[in-house]
Amino acid sequence: MSQADLHEKFPQIWKRFTPKETLIRYLWYAGIVFMAVWSVSNLDIPWFYFLDAHVQAADLFTRMIPPYWPFFIDIIPPLVETLHIATLGTVFTIFLAFPVAILSARNTTFNKTTWFLGRLILVTSRSVNTVVWGLLFVAIFGPGPVAGIFSVAARSIGFVGKLIAEAIEEIDVGAVEAIEATGASKLQILLIGVLPQVMPVILGTIIYRWDINIRESTVLGFVGAGGIGIILYSSINLFAWHEVSVILVSIFGVVVLSEYLSIKARARIT
Amino acid sequence: MFIIEGLSKTYSGGVTALEEINLEMLKPQVVMIIGSSGAGKSTLIRCINRLIEPTTGSVKLNDQEITTLGKSGLRKARRQMGMIFQEYNLVDRLTVMENVLSGRLGYVSFWTAYRRKYSPEDVSAAYELLDRVGLMDNCNSRADALSGGQRQRVGIARALMQRPKLLLVDEPTASLDPKTSRQIMRLIVELAEERGTPALINIHDVELARSFADRIIGLAGGRVAFDGTAEEVSDQVLTEIYGEEDWSATIKRDAHDPNGDNDNLLSRIDKESSAG
Repeated sequence: MSQADLHEKFPQIWKRFTPKETLIRYLWYAGIVFMAVWSVSNLDIPWFYFLDAHVQAADLFTRMIPPYWPFFIDIIPPLVETLHIATLGTVFTIFLAFPVAILSARNTTFNKTTWFLGRLILVTSRSVNTVVWGLLFVAIFGPGPVAGIFSVAARSIGFVGKLIAEAIEEIDVGAVEAIEATGASKLQILLIGVLPQVMPVILGTIIYRWDINIRESTVLGFVGAGGIGIILYSSINLFAWHEVSVILVSIFGVVVLSEYLSIKARARIT
Repeated sequence: MFIIEGLSKTYSGGVTALEEINLEMLKPQVVMIIGSSGAGKSTLIRCINRLIEPTTGSVKLNDQEITTLGKSGLRKARRQMGMIFQEYNLVDRLTVMENVLSGRLGYVSFWTAYRRKYSPEDVSAAYELLDRVGLMDNCNSRADALSGGQRQRVGIARALMQRPKLLLVDEPTASLDPKTSRQIMRLIVELAEERGTPALINIHDVELARSFADRIIGLAGGRVAFDGTAEEVSDQVLTEIYGEEDWSATIKRDAHDPNGDNDNLLSRIDKESSAG
């Protein structure tokens, strides 16, 4: 075989993408750049604030230091209230999320209507922020921790329910088939065939959500839904920066602690 | 006692899996169903307890028509049919005991199942079965901690926990090594005979089928292509079931079985004839 024939049969040039694919890729890049430029130009950002931003940041920092530590005694009750709001909201979620997940999973829902209902609950819950739920529940229950508990639960159902529903859709159908074959009722199939299989996901997601809820409950007070947020909001409004720093450090401590507990607890789930 | 008449199944895609299946079992027998993949073995087994709904035909267990039953009637009928699966189909995160007791679900309430508070008779029957299948020491292990053979033993115990009037067995040994396969098959056949329970067993392995079956049914293309004893399975029969192939090795090896499992079969036939 001549050299030319060899090159004909085994070419020396190989390209991962066709010219058309390359063109499409560059069009995507151009599109992303366009979106970024358009967003910035449309937002009308007051650039002159950037000029002394570093000075302002340093100034704020010096006003926060040193923190006024005796204030810590005053924030212990609202801090504990924040923990209670997060925990009770999460407990509510445990009881509500699993039924909603059963409705939302294709393989366990009863019919198209129940599936749609389940998905509707999930989407509604997830599309509204916890603080916005807080505004609604403050209007219903009045200001205070009860509104906070409900807003935490309302937001968590969507998060936990969606993840459990996804887990239910991925379970081993064989085990469910076997339980069905024993003559078990629909509820028994869910209890013995489905629940044990998604238990790790339920526990893991609930603990993770509890940890997120603690962080979210710290700002619920901004809209009057109880917890440490109320104190934080008033300290900021009074320019009491030495108090603000105490609150921020305390929140940081609680969040780190809850995250540590959450990681430890989730690692034990098998 | 168990009769299938004109059973057909056409899937919604238009694929016909079963066509006019007729099968009659008038005394407790171990019936092995052989046939290539896609011949309809699994569909046949599942059409009996209606995990798959048959299109037409009739299935009668002890004079009760199964195909026309409503929801609660079907649940009651399923309680009488124990099923054993290829992939064992245990609930992995439950213990061996919980899996075995789940065979009683058709008889207990939701709250009994929730509190795992089964009757003393059920608990004692579960221990007896675990002892029989050799897993007494593993009763509190989680199912996913067991080996394949052990898991299938749990599957067998769960099916027998139902005190079934019929055993439906779908490829019980297809995921197991040859030695474990023989042990599991022997266990199923022995238990079926001890309890006088008729068994319908799907199986790929012709040799294994021949050494343990009272009767062999061959499915091909969704139809019954053969119905007879193990001795009647010849080159020609296998060709009818599976298609053209050199079957001499399959038949010959079985004729002088080195493991002596044929003794088991022969002694069973002796037992039966002396009893009758």
